[in-house]
Amino acid sequence: MAPAAAVDREARRRAWWLCAPALALFLALMVVPLVMTFVLSFHSFGFYTGIEPTFGLHNYLDVLGDSYFHEIFARTFGIALVTTLLCAAIGTPEAYILYRMRSRWRSALLLVVIGPLLISVVVRTLGWAILMGNRGVINTALMNLELIDRPIKMMYTPGGIVIALVHVMVPFMVIAVWAALHRQDPATEQAAESLGAGPLTIFFRVVLPQAMPGVLSGSLIVFSLSASAFATPAILGGRRVKVVSTTVYDEFLNTLNWPLGAAIAILLLVAVLLVMVSYNRVVERRFSQVFG
Amino acid sequence: MAFLELKGLTKRFGEIAAVENFDLSVERGEFVSLLGPSGCGKTTTLQMIAGFETPSAGSITLEGRDLLAIKARSRGIGIVFQSYALFPHMTVAQNVEFGLEMRKIAAPERRQRVAEALALVHLEALADRYPRAMSGGQRQRVALARALVIRPEILLLDEPLSNLDAKLREEMQLELRGIQQRMGVTTILVTHDQTEAMALSDRVAVMHRGRLVQVARPLEAYEHPRSDFVSSFLGKTNRLEGKVVERAGERAGDLCRVAVGETVFAAPAPPPEIGKDARPRVIVSVRPEKVEFRAAGAGLVDGTVAARIFLGDHWLYQIETPLGVLLVTRQNVGPAEVETGGSVGLAWDAAQVRLLPFEETA
Ligand SMILES: Nc1ncnc2c1ncn2[C@@H]1O[C@H](COP(=O)(O)OP(=O)(O)OP(=O)(O)O)[C@@H](O)[C@H]1O
Ligand SMILES: [Mg+2]
Repeated sequence: MAPAAAVDREARRRAWWLCAPALALFLALMVVPLVMTFVLSFHSFGFYTGIEPTFGLHNYLDVLGDSYFHEIFARTFGIALVTTLLCAAIGTPEAYILYRMRSRWRSALLLVVIGPLLISVVVRTLGWAILMGNRGVINTALMNLELIDRPIKMMYTPGGIVIALVHVMVPFMVIAVWAALHRQDPATEQAAESLGAGPLTIFFRVVLPQAMPGVLSGSLIVFSLSASAFATPAILGGRRVKVVSTTVYDEFLNTLNWPLGAAIAILLLVAVLLVMVSYNRVVERRFSQVFG
Repeated sequence: MAFLELKGLTKRFGEIAAVENFDLSVERGEFVSLLGPSGCGKTTTLQMIAGFETPSAGSITLEGRDLLAIKARSRGIGIVFQSYALFPHMTVAQNVEFGLEMRKIAAPERRQRVAEALALVHLEALADRYPRAMSGGQRQRVALARALVIRPEILLLDEPLSNLDAKLREEMQLELRGIQQRMGVTTILVTHDQTEAMALSDRVAVMHRGRLVQVARPLEAYEHPRSDFVSSFLGKTNRLEGKVVERAGERAGDLCRVAVGETVFAAPAPPPEIGKDARPRVIVSVRPEKVEFRAAGAGLVDGTVAARIFLGDHWLYQIETPLGVLLVTRQNVGPAEVETGGSVGLAWDAAQVRLLPFEETA
């Protein structure tokens, strides 16, 4: 008994040592800045005095009481929500089609799907700006075809941001759903077919419900990434369509009101965390007895 | 015209032929097992009947109708998969109900038929469970109920019992056979377990490397295998390489004499498969339970007892003889007849010897 316990303790100690480098990196790069931001958010800022190390909740009260910030938060979460829904609607069938493909085509097309992730966000977003501008490719083409008289406004609208975000985020959804599809027994589809189900019924009644955990975890990733995305809304939304992350950026770099920027950043973090945790809770309650 | 007819059925995957020139007719209500070692094409055959694989050649007809012209979803075939393939997100009742919903049967009748099917497999009490919370045997029953509730023309079972432990497997075999007979549903079972095939089926179809080698009633296949492969695959046997040394007359029941090494003994007349050679090489097969003990020197061949293994209801002896190591089994009805290390004579009735066409290896 005693030697076994000793070996056990030894193994556990070794595990900790093996984790140490990663843990140190995590502490230095993630926790320390986060704590410093948190502390900063309680300080105050005067136009002539700069940052003063006071300790109060005034920054939070300012944000929470100001309809200007309410609108920015609402817009941010609205964009994230629509992006998530579109990604689920596009990514789920896409993952299923990939899953059903012959392996030769599949690896090529998987690369195409993951493609957007291989290009820098800034480059990709500038590409969308070229497409969506008032004199961009889409509007010029439509006008030359005389389908429209006046350019459709796409730049500097939430719609434009959503389109570009969906483009970036779909791969995350595809990968999450893809993984869930691979966990299911392929014979369930055959079973449904032998019982008389057509392809659509099989997809909606047999495949999709089993892939749902993947859709839901993919949604979580897409939602949190979209809510905190910076480059895409900054380039396509500019000053006119502000979201939380661009607002934080402005507070830090233009207004120089670091404490207020920090408070907004912390509020965004808390809001996203709240959404994630409550969502997880609901999902778990729904699926624990079925999939576990 | 048989109920289900497979004619010249062939399936090639690129170069390799998984199933080749497969002919089988199954009568209505019959229980047929496809038996063979792993990779011999059993699942592929079943998948072609179900409609999940398209044959490279050949035909499948059901009561004269061409089954290949019908989509898998419209064939009305019930299937129990090896993995059961239950829908994990549906309760037991919903799983069973699925096929009835697809047939657009009205809700009240659906409910009644689901209840009947669950009663058939003794699962009424678990109708609202999810498959995850069930044992292997229970899942097996759900899969069976789900396949039977649609009143299929044919029931296909792909190694349905291979995931169950030995005791449960035996119970399920009896139950499966009972249900099949009560429903009268034409059934094809795929298995690599020869005892299971013999216990359950009206006829066994033994497959080897994609080909059908013998179709017969279990007793017939066991007692009169037509090839070395069937003889070795169905049960245990003593397989000896020998030669016919004296061909008697051509009438059935005539005895001939075969030599295995130095030992010469009587055997039934060689079957036609062996050919017309005067002294053909043959495989001689004697089942272990057909071998009897004699006093040393009083049998056909003498040997020493190398091992004696107790197997509950019977003993298994390994006897070293000039012919090689022979297996002998004895019912456990009294004290063991011979001791390890003792010398014994072995004898067998000439009528129990089987001569099979010579093949290099089984
Ligand atoms: N989709 C496929 N592509 C290529 N070869 C295949 C395919 N399916 C089966 N085969 C081959 O065909 C042969 C027969 O396979 P099959 O699954 O029918 O065997 P089986 O008798 O069911 O074996 P087991 O008892 O192991 O299930 C095997 O050699 C297998 O490798
Ligand atoms: Mg198989």
